[in-house]
Amino acid sequence: MASKKRSRKELFAQGNDAVVEGALLSGCTFYAGYPITPSTEIAEGMAARLPYVPDGVFIQMEDEIASLGAAIGASLAGRKAMTATSGPGFSLMQEHIGYACMVEAPLVIVNVMRGGPSTGLPTSPAQGDVQQARWGTHGDHSIIVLSASNVQECLEMTVTAFNFAEKYRTPVILLLDEVTAHTRERLVIPEAGEVEILSRVAPSMPPEWYVPYEDGLRGVPPMPAMGSGYRYHVTGLTHDRNGFPTSRPDEVQALISRQFRKIDQFFYDIQLTESYLCDDAEVAVVAYGCVARSARLAVDLAREQGVRAGLLHLKTLFPFPRPAVEAVLRTCPRVVVPEMNMGQISREVKRVNNGLAAVRTVNRIDGQIITPQEILKPLLRG
Amino acid sequence: MAAITELIHDYLRHNKKFPHVLCAGCGHGIVLGALIRSIHSLGLSKDDVVLVAGIGCSGRVAVYVDFNTVHTCHGRALTVATGIKMANPKLKVIALMGDGDALAIGGNHFIHAARRNIGITALVLNNSIYGMTGGQASPASPTGSMSTTTPLGQLERSFDVVDLGLACGAGYVARATAMHALLLGKLLEEALTRPGFCLVEVRTPCPTQYGRKNGFKTAVEMYRWYKERAVKRERWDSLPEDQRAQSFPIGVFRDAPQPGLEERYYAACSRVQEKTSCQQSQ
Ligand code: SF4
Repeated sequence: MASKKRSRKELFAQGNDAVVEGALLSGCTFYAGYPITPSTEIAEGMAARLPYVPDGVFIQMEDEIASLGAAIGASLAGRKAMTATSGPGFSLMQEHIGYACMVEAPLVIVNVMRGGPSTGLPTSPAQGDVQQARWGTHGDHSIIVLSASNVQECLEMTVTAFNFAEKYRTPVILLLDEVTAHTRERLVIPEAGEVEILSRVAPSMPPEWYVPYEDGLRGVPPMPAMGSGYRYHVTGLTHDRNGFPTSRPDEVQALISRQFRKIDQFFYDIQLTESYLCDDAEVAVVAYGCVARSARLAVDLAREQGVRAGLLHLKTLFPFPRPAVEAVLRTCPRVVVPEMNMGQISREVKRVNNGLAAVRTVNRIDGQIITPQEILKPLLRG
Repeated sequence: MAAITELIHDYLRHNKKFPHVLCAGCGHGIVLGALIRSIHSLGLSKDDVVLVAGIGCSGRVAVYVDFNTVHTCHGRALTVATGIKMANPKLKVIALMGDGDALAIGGNHFIHAARRNIGITALVLNNSIYGMTGGQASPASPTGSMSTTTPLGQLERSFDVVDLGLACGAGYVARATAMHALLLGKLLEEALTRPGFCLVEVRTPCPTQYGRKNGFKTAVEMYRWYKERAVKRERWDSLPEDQRAQSFPIGVFRDAPQPGLEERYYAACSRVQEKTSCQQSQ
C-alpha cells in the first residue's frame, strides 16, 4: 500500500462478493469449486484474488464431489478451505459432507439456494435446502448451518462460518439464497484486526504422544497440518481414538457421541439470533435469509397499524436455536414463520412449540421472494 | 531377511493391531512391500509421504503404514490427494486405488487428474473385480469373465488402465504385476521421482473372489498365470497378433514427464505477485 493511512473500504457489492471478502478476511487460502448459478461469482472472485494472497490456491475441479474432496485435502494439509455451490451441486457434495464430519475437517461450504428440486429454477431464489443442509448426508451427525439476509451479513457470516469451523473442527454450511447473493448494496470491509479470527488448535505435545482423536473437555481434538511430523490415519470408517477403524460398540459410541457433544454443548456460542421488537410483541415472525428483510418491514408496518409485532431473525439454523425460539413462543400468543419452501424451519418451530403458541406459516415455492405485505396479513389478522 | 524385518519395524505401524484384513494369497501385500522398499531406497522422510487410498481391499492397506495416511470415500482418493498436493507441494502424494475405485466410481476424477497433470503418483491395484463386496464385475473385468453380477459372463468390454492413462495425458505410465515385485519397485521409484501425474498399474491377483470364479484352483496358479502372460513391453510389441491376445505388456509405456500443475500454479502466482509489488514500489 502506498499510503500508510488506511480507511475502511466501502464497496457497492453483491452478496457473493461479500462472501469472497469474508473468506479472505478469515484467512482462507484455498478454494476448490465448480461453476454453478447462482454461486459462480464466489468462484470467480476467489479465482481473481487468491493468486495475490501468499500461498493462495484456487482450483477448478471436475465436479462438486471433487471440489469438496479437494477442500478436505487442503484442510487436512493445514489450510483454511472453502467451496461454494448451489442446489444440484450441493446434492453432489453430500457424500463428502459426511466424510468431513467423520474426519472432523474444518471447512466452509456456501450453498446459494435456488429453486428445486433437480435443476429447478437456476436463477430464482428459494430456501428449499434447509433440511438437506442438516440431514442431507447419510448417518447420524451433528453440523453447523448458518444463514445470511443481506450483503453485509454475507461477509460477517462467512467470517463466523470459518471461525466455527476452526473452533469446532467441523464443516460449516452457509446457506444463502439467490436474492441475497445477487443483491447489490453497500458493503463495509472491516480492517484486519477489527474482527476476531480464530484458527484451529495444533497439537503441542511431541508427535509420539499425539492421540489424533482423543476426547477432552471441549471434545475437539487438536489438529496438526499434514507434513508437520504428526503422522496419523484419517478414515471415513468409524475409528478409535488413534484413528484406526473399529467396530467395537463402546468405541463407536464414544466417537459419535463426542462428535455430537463437541457442537451441541456449545449451543450458546453457536446459536446466533437477532431479536427485533420482540419484548412486548403479541405476534412474532421467525424468519431467516432474505425473508427476514421482508419480515422486518412487515413488523414496522404492523406497528404503524397498532399491532405489537416483533421479529426473531435466525442466523444460525442448526443446531436449531431452541432457547431463543422458545422464549418467543412463550411470550407471543401468535407466531408466523414465512419461508420460501413448504415449511422446513416451521417444522422445527412446531417441534419446540409444544402447544405454547399458535404457529402459522407463509410459504412460497414459485421462485419469488415473500413480500412484506404477505407477512403483514397474518400479523394483522389473528 | 534381516533388512526386510528392519523395514517392517520402520514402516509398519506398531500401534495398529494386526492381523490385517487381506486374504492369504492376495497380491496387495506384495504391492505395499514394493512401495515401502522404493520409498525407503529413495530416502524419503515418512513425514513427507502422504498415502491417500480409496475404498475396497486396496483402500485398506493404507492404515498399516506409518506415513500420513488418508482413507477416503469410494473413488475419491484423487480429489483429496489433489487438495493436499495443491495445498502443500512439498509432500509426496501417492493415491492408491483399486480398479473399480479408480475407473468406475472415480473414473471422472482419474481422467481429470491425468489431464491437469497434478503431481501425484497414482497407483492402480487392478485385480479385475470388486473383492471386498464379494466379487462383482468391475470396469477392468475381461470380457467373458465370471462374477456374481455377470452370471452369463462379462458381456461388456474392459478398460485398459495403461491405454486410458496414455490417452488422458499422464506423463509417466507403467505397468507391472504382483508377480514382478522387483520391476514394480523400480517403476515406483521412477514414478515417485518424476514431476506431474504418474500412473503405475499393478495387476494383482484376487484368488478369493476373481480366482475362484474363473477357474483358478489356487493362488499359486494365479501367480503362475501372471508370470506366463506378462511380457516385457519391448518384446510384446514384436509379438504376432494372436500371441498378443494371449498376453499383456508390462514395463514403461511413456516417460515424458512435465512440470506438475502445482509447480506451474505457484510459479504463475509468484510472477503476478512480483509484478504487483514492483508496481506498488514504483
Ligand atoms: S478379496 Fe481378493 S483383493 Fe480382497 S483381500 Fe481377498 S484376495 Fe485380496
